[in-house]
Amino acid sequence: MTSRSDRSSSSPEGALLAQVHRAEWGRLLALLVARTRRLDRAEDALSEAFARAAERWPTEGAPDDPVAWLYRTAQRQVIGWLRSEAVAARKAPLLAVRADWVMPEDRLDQLPDERLHLILLCCHPALSAPSQCALALRLVLRTPTEAIARLFLVERTAMAARITRAKKKIVAAGIPLSAPVGEELRARLDEVCRTLYLGFTAGYAPGPGPLLLRADVAGEAVRLAEILRGLTSGAPQVDALSALLLLQHSRRDARVVDGRLVLLADQDRQRWHHDEVRRGLALAATLRPTRGHAEALRLQVLVAAEHAKAPAAAATDWAAIARAYAALEALTGSPVVRLNRAVAVAEAEGAAAGLELLDALEESSLGHRLHVVRAELARRAGDLAGARLAYRAAIAGCTNEVERLHLSERFASVGA
Amino acid sequence: MKYFVLLAGYGETKPWDELTPEEQGAEMAKHGAFAEGCEREEGVDLLGGEALGEGSTATTLRTRGGELTITDGPFAEVAEHLGGYYLVEAPDLDTVIALCRRLPAYDIEIRPVLELP
Repeated sequence: MTSRSDRSSSSPEGALLAQVHRAEWGRLLALLVARTRRLDRAEDALSEAFARAAERWPTEGAPDDPVAWLYRTAQRQVIGWLRSEAVAARKAPLLAVRADWVMPEDRLDQLPDERLHLILLCCHPALSAPSQCALALRLVLRTPTEAIARLFLVERTAMAARITRAKKKIVAAGIPLSAPVGEELRARLDEVCRTLYLGFTAGYAPGPGPLLLRADVAGEAVRLAEILRGLTSGAPQVDALSALLLLQHSRRDARVVDGRLVLLADQDRQRWHHDEVRRGLALAATLRPTRGHAEALRLQVLVAAEHAKAPAAAATDWAAIARAYAALEALTGSPVVRLNRAVAVAEAEGAAAGLELLDALEESSLGHRLHVVRAELARRAGDLAGARLAYRAAIAGCTNEVERLHLSERFASVGA
Repeated sequence: MKYFVLLAGYGETKPWDELTPEEQGAEMAKHGAFAEGCEREEGVDLLGGEALGEGSTATTLRTRGGELTITDGPFAEVAEHLGGYYLVEAPDLDTVIALCRRLPAYDIEIRPVLELP
């Protein structure tokens, strides 16, 4: 499955388990919640099942159908817990009531993918807005709490508390796993789209650690967006999200070469997945100006499409990209968007014009990215001292090993 | 699960006394529709519910430093317009929310009832 090995997956069973965990966690959890209606118990039981597998598979060998094994083990555990709960509450044991819990004959590959339902559950309006997306990322896409905290610019402990509180409310208030339709579904779509996009982003640039791109995580987000599009014909934010993810994900193989980050301008465009580029561009062509989150996504699609259309970096229509970013900045007021706009303007009108747009920005809202952009633009404008200073600040603030290496090389190449 | 449905404020409706007899009839019909919905919905049971007297008829007890004081009026200004409650057995929150859409446009708070051993 993989030629590289690390400590956690040094045995073939360990590697298999790690792979199953990445690929199947969300689907297994969604199925368990759908069958038992108990999010808290389902999550604990699934964790237990994985722990038991880590203990037993290396000595006993992996089962023929690892996913089914994990599902059955977790399911037995949930049923056991619920029975003791019922006994403790002096109720009739739940033995006969829920025959649908036990499905020994079910082939797992024939069961529906309930992950979207689980995401929709997490985006229930009875949960506080800031916790909806975070909970979905944690539960369904298995994004590490640390990464979620980084996406939302809060402390890890605060994010962990927020997620725990939301899980407790789901169980205590009896928020069901259901398939909302019509107005209710539409009301949750923005948040679901935000979740999938952030899940994708977390896979794309995971922060600390050596691996810059975890394409499988990002790929899951792309797939879920496609499924969602199938369920919501013509919802503008879902169409835009799908187009955006297809276009960005099509570049995955060109983005990291030999463990190194390759910037868009230097990427070997032959290595893009051109079938995905074509699908993304076709979908992008159907988008019409709209409002709100859907419009924000559409403007980002315009940017991604301009990059995708350019046969070479030098042929990029930077003026069009700068216009899209200006509209997006007016819509969102986001400093991240302004930073991207500055890069586009620098390409279209020169480094000095780009640097001017950086003046109003602050490090607190952008982290080391602000310094990276300032360094690159100062260097192009011929301000080598300014570039060195900014590179140094960027390296100090960067937590991703691959990117830090890249920045150190850029710093060294400025010369004395 | 058991849910406590608190009719917490007038919301977009007017106080009962300010309604015309026709309007009062329409409000009552909505409560009827709620009860009927509870009856029809599978797994739902309307366990109870009452309308409450005005806030001006409320009496509030508070214990501070072990001392019980009794005062006139509701425990907080926001509770002034608390109009009544329902106690509903329902499979989940979404079912209760769907049923509450049948009620007049009150401000409503829904809470799960704790099952004590």
